Amino acid sequence: MEHDLTQFALILAIMAGLVFVLGKWMTHLFVSPAHNIIERGTYRLLGVDPAEKMSWKRYGMVLLLSNAAMMLLGYLLLRVQQYIPGDALERASQSPHLAFNTAASFITNTNWQSYSGETSLSNFSQMAVITFLMTVSAATGVAAAGGFIRGLSRKSAADIGNYWVDFTRVIFRLLLPICFVLALVYVWQGIPQTLNAEAIANTLEGARQQLIVGPVASLETIKHIGTNGGGFFAMNSAHPFENPTPLTNTLHILSMLLIPSALTYTFGSMIARRRQGWAFFAAFLVMFLGFLALVYSAERAGNPMFASAGVDQAQTQLQAGGNMEGKELRFGIAQTSLFVTTTTAATTGSVDAMHSSLTPLGGLVPIAEMMLNNVFGGDGVGLINLVTYAILTVFLVGMMIGRTPEFLGKKVEAREMKFVMLAVLAHPFSILGFTALACLTPSTLASLANMGPHGFSEVLYAYTSGTANNGSAFAGLNANTPFFNTTIGLAMLIGRYLTLLPMLAVAGVMAAKTTVPEGPGTLSTSTPLFTGLLVFVVIIVGGLTFLPALALGPIVEHLLMLSGTTF
Amino acid sequence: MSQVDATAPLGASSGGSPKPVKWASVIGEAFKKLSPRVQSKNPVMFVVYLGSIVTTLLWVQALSGKGEASGAFIFAVAISLWFTVLFANAAEALAEGRGKAQADALRATRQRVVARMLKEPRRDSESWPQPSDELDVGAYLLVEAGEIIPTDGEVIEGAASVDESAITGESAPVIREAGGDFCSVTGGTRVLSDWIVIRVTAKPGEAFLDRMIAMVEGAKRGKTPNEIALTILLVALTLIFLLVCATLLPFSLFSTVLNGSGSVVTITVLIALLVCLIPTTIGALLSAIGIAGMSRMIKANVLATSGRAIEAAGDVDVLLLDKTGTITLGNREAAKFHPAPRMDERTLADAAQLASLADETPEGRSIVVLAKNTFNIRGRELHGAETIAFSAHTRMSGINLDGRQIRKGAASAIRAHVEAMGGVFPQEITKIVEDVARRGSTPLVVSDDIHVLGVVELKDIIKGGIKERFAELRGMGIKTVMITGDNHLTAAAIAAEAGVDDYLAEATPEDKLQLIRKYQAEGRLVAMTGDGTNDAPALAQADVALAMNSGTQAAKEAGNMVDLDSNPTKLLRVVEVGKQMIMTRGSLTTFSVANDLAKYFAIIPAAFVATYPPLAVLNVMGLHSPASAILSAVIFNALIIVALIPLALRGVQYRAEPAARLLGRNLLIYGLGGIIAPFIGIKLIDILLTPFF
Amino acid sequence: MSDVSNTTENGILSLTKGIARPALVSAVFFMVVAGIAYPLVTTGVANILFPDQAQGSLIVRDGQTVGSRLIGQYFARPEYFHGRPSVTAGADPNDPSKSIDQPYNAGASAASNQGATSKKLLDAVNERARAYREENGLAPDAPVPVDAVTASGSGLDPHISVANARLQAARVARVRGLPPATVLALVNDHTSGPQIGALGDPRVNVLELNLALDAATTARPAAQ
Repeated sequence: MEHDLTQFALILAIMAGLVFVLGKWMTHLFVSPAHNIIERGTYRLLGVDPAEKMSWKRYGMVLLLSNAAMMLLGYLLLRVQQYIPGDALERASQSPHLAFNTAASFITNTNWQSYSGETSLSNFSQMAVITFLMTVSAATGVAAAGGFIRGLSRKSAADIGNYWVDFTRVIFRLLLPICFVLALVYVWQGIPQTLNAEAIANTLEGARQQLIVGPVASLETIKHIGTNGGGFFAMNSAHPFENPTPLTNTLHILSMLLIPSALTYTFGSMIARRRQGWAFFAAFLVMFLGFLALVYSAERAGNPMFASAGVDQAQTQLQAGGNMEGKELRFGIAQTSLFVTTTTAATTGSVDAMHSSLTPLGGLVPIAEMMLNNVFGGDGVGLINLVTYAILTVFLVGMMIGRTPEFLGKKVEAREMKFVMLAVLAHPFSILGFTALACLTPSTLASLANMGPHGFSEVLYAYTSGTANNGSAFAGLNANTPFFNTTIGLAMLIGRYLTLLPMLAVAGVMAAKTTVPEGPGTLSTSTPLFTGLLVFVVIIVGGLTFLPALALGPIVEHLLMLSGTTF
Repeated sequence: MSQVDATAPLGASSGGSPKPVKWASVIGEAFKKLSPRVQSKNPVMFVVYLGSIVTTLLWVQALSGKGEASGAFIFAVAISLWFTVLFANAAEALAEGRGKAQADALRATRQRVVARMLKEPRRDSESWPQPSDELDVGAYLLVEAGEIIPTDGEVIEGAASVDESAITGESAPVIREAGGDFCSVTGGTRVLSDWIVIRVTAKPGEAFLDRMIAMVEGAKRGKTPNEIALTILLVALTLIFLLVCATLLPFSLFSTVLNGSGSVVTITVLIALLVCLIPTTIGALLSAIGIAGMSRMIKANVLATSGRAIEAAGDVDVLLLDKTGTITLGNREAAKFHPAPRMDERTLADAAQLASLADETPEGRSIVVLAKNTFNIRGRELHGAETIAFSAHTRMSGINLDGRQIRKGAASAIRAHVEAMGGVFPQEITKIVEDVARRGSTPLVVSDDIHVLGVVELKDIIKGGIKERFAELRGMGIKTVMITGDNHLTAAAIAAEAGVDDYLAEATPEDKLQLIRKYQAEGRLVAMTGDGTNDAPALAQADVALAMNSGTQAAKEAGNMVDLDSNPTKLLRVVEVGKQMIMTRGSLTTFSVANDLAKYFAIIPAAFVATYPPLAVLNVMGLHSPASAILSAVIFNALIIVALIPLALRGVQYRAEPAARLLGRNLLIYGLGGIIAPFIGIKLIDILLTPFF
Repeated sequence: MSDVSNTTENGILSLTKGIARPALVSAVFFMVVAGIAYPLVTTGVANILFPDQAQGSLIVRDGQTVGSRLIGQYFARPEYFHGRPSVTAGADPNDPSKSIDQPYNAGASAASNQGATSKKLLDAVNERARAYREENGLAPDAPVPVDAVTASGSGLDPHISVANARLQAARVARVRGLPPATVLALVNDHTSGPQIGALGDPRVNVLELNLALDAATTARPAAQ
């Protein structure tokens, strides 16, 4: 156990250290006035004016339309896959609804996969569709965060920056350089990077083993740096080629947390309130540690029903123990728990263990984190979501000091509240609404691999994952049906754009306001007290919204497991 | 005018004594407000209202033997929900009722009188009787002793003492006269002596008294910006919980299928859960809080033109305070005698007293008193003395006694006087004069013929307790700025003594306006008081502008509040009321949301234990049965509204403290309290219900 | 503020003005940059620096590719150490439209995805525990290492726990006719501790251990 805690402490310390480095770098990226030569060339090629000042509406519109064009391109490439030469395995094109689902999933940074990577995508598609969409969807999120923060940092301004500039810089200055270097480290650790499609081995027992390979490392980096999560292989980062060693597992974890955590620093820097950035970082970390503790203790304790079968789940010198169903031995309980907590905190959605086979309370953690959607959160959007809750917190408790609530010196009034509440509402409406719909749909039962509360959890997980743009699954659910493809697809789009655009609006409205100077009479939002309140409001609003659903899923499943009930 | 008002505790008021609540009318109002038209205005309570109707229908269905649950249970839930609605209505009726009583008193004042209308603005012009509600703006009226002034107006001829107690509660009559700052009169007040000719300034039905009545009754009470934003939040929370409860039905259905057994949750339980979860506490009391805030303002004898102004008062960061009347008492007081070199202090005191014996100004009297107190020089009879009154031309006053010309006045005036008689104005005196001025006091030089005897130091008297008050304000982050016509030296000294943060010396109305704009550009909200016509532009610019009732019509119209007591210190009270109103809202919102935790623990296990028996472990309160658990939560939810009505009307306790401490305290009471209270309350109600369900 | 309201007045047309072309061009441009140039350059550099790993860390024995050191293989024979249960499936050779159990199928990674209260899972665990005890000659109520009876996440887990390996060592030694100490020594040799001293748990690579066993056994079992 000490060894496990050491790992946690070590990895989180490195993460915190990286916050400084990358936070500074992203601040520079968003505020520096100079464009480098590649960027200037890009603007010329696109035919855009990097000096254009965009209102939040314009910024949001460019974001929306460019995303639409990229999604369309991805869709087309998936549809013509079989006609593109070079695939030794001659994998077929995706069907229209599957291609739509895939393109929508990857442009929204969700990476929900209705297909199985090794059997249905050529190396070209893995690169030109998957790697491409992973890069631009992450860039979209980070750029939006840039515009958002800029809006909050401004005083009496009409614009929140230029989307093209933010987007282009994020790709050239941030994502691609990091991904390239990291990909080489990954290859060193054993992740394949080749244009070959397969390698054939004759096993020691004489069987033929087909090893699927391809440009995995280059996809794996952006998958985590971009909080995307879609695997090259069906079993994602549990697959040894995607995640061969504890070191790659650690790097995956650090990659997922890299941008979401560093954005807190960037936020503090850009609004010239450093402490505010750290207050948000602390809020992220507190929630993260709470969830980590829950999943770690639950998985370490294992499944009491295994114990009655004489299975030894104790952690000893010779085995990691715990609930190992669906887990990889090289990661054990500690690395797996940290990965589970991270991938749903940073809404990445890659998995190094099967979430469906986690213990009920262990499985509650990913669902709950996605429901909250702001424990670090996805690239860019995590910070935006936390600010949504910060504004809500300010409003709920701020009045208690006898003033109109203020956030960052700007009064929170009806117009902002409207947008904030729209963003807050979209999330539960999509999750609970679609889950309820699925519960009423007779065909749902046929898609379930588990009965009892776990079956309900599978459905709940699917829509939570889609709405939170996470992409991981309680994979017992066979979601490759027209009903699930459509509704989860809608959930992904609602979850992405109906929370992003209202918050851009908040930034736009806030940018236009003057700033009230901070003083003893104003509510400081960078104190430990406020961080505590923020966490409390996140848990209360999120918890109160989803508690009944969780009670019928993981919570009751836990109680049933303790009482020895099976389904 | 009260001089120690600055330290008056919150709740002190110069208004009338509170009238006993008429419970019958409150109950009647509560039932009258059950009309859908009234209910639909409050989205949160409207949901409860609909829930009451649906559960009642479910009960009727149960009576016919086809109910989804036992008739008694559904009936109990339905009744509890109806009471929730009625309690909310009663809270509003109660708040309005207090206003109505005040309005009735005012209405009694607004008698329909017959005015004497003049053709020309002269007393002796042709006149005819005209009902007071048919007077147009610009009409000329004559009002004589004993008559009631029919409507608001401006005195254009004559002067009279007027009894304004009907509006201000102040029994001492005030003088109203043509020209200057005391020319406005208010309809409903009574002329006690003499006569005045006034020009009507208010349209029929829009006079001060009418506006006041409308205000008090809450008839024109629009929602304030913060209230609108809060309503959006409450509506959103209601929508979320509506969704939570609506989706629980399919979830429950699906669970019974997956589990292979169990029963689906009933509509009654879902409605009960919904009503418990949505923020009914704040939803029910929100409008009462607003009305009560207005009412508190009126009790303090301040009339705000809108709730928005009261709310803005809570946000104020800068107070511009006129020195005289707010920070210092209106008058200066003799504090010390500074004799000239080789001159006896007693001689100076004696001469100064002589020069002041006939001076009836407060300053003059204070010199007499100082001389008496320090040297026991008594006032004496003056035979054959000729008193010289102060004139703006000579700028000195005094007495000619036994051939002596004793004078007191500004240094420059005395210098001119002495030098004109061939005397010398000593250098030392100039130095004393400068020293005195540097201390923020006013030097008054005394001469006897050609001899300059010395200087009397007149001090501004800082109001008692005001310095502590400013320190409190500073602690709350409110900056105080003193506005004075004094020179920088004097202003700085007084500012330091009074403990204000900043001052504006030699202030002109333009300077004031510029200062307000400067602060506003920094994002601050500015409050000020004013009474003169030249204050009007600044009053119009300030975010919270408290005009004195004694001031000009222009000032009153430019401001967004009028203080009927004409006490500038009232501005501090206005800020308090504004803050208290927002605090009350915030505290009850937090309390309301915090309550939900316990309600979940009461209802969720009760609702689903039939399908999944292990969920009983969530019944942490150990409630008796599912039915009693759900009922207890609903009943608690209704009763907590009643329990909090007094708080909503009175407002949460206000203290002048920094934000962090205020937040800490209120969080503890309303946040933590809000989490704990329902656990206790629900458990207690459950114990009472145990024999029945 | 005025600019913001202006855009409202001018409506949606002004908002979308001049976006269509850049949007389309950007889609193609960034596809080429991020989807083609970046993976290709990475592939080129990676194959120069780490040619072995880039191709899948393949193990070649006697000129023949016998597997990847990262991917587990299915071992059923008693003379080999067995990996963890795998629930991957593959096409039925007799009827390609049907899928049958095919453990360690590296062409289609898969997991059980069964929840903690799944009857199927508990039945499977009970059955595996029974089989494990029988195979390794353990008492009917002897504790079984959890990794020996639970399916891995990928279905391709190359590792087993040290506890699991030690329990199997006696059987392997007996079948191969090797001294148990030799087999245990090999297990120890192929046990990797935490990476860089801190990351991950101790584990044994089954394929590498079995290769070493083959090398150590003079009478190597015939390959078919």
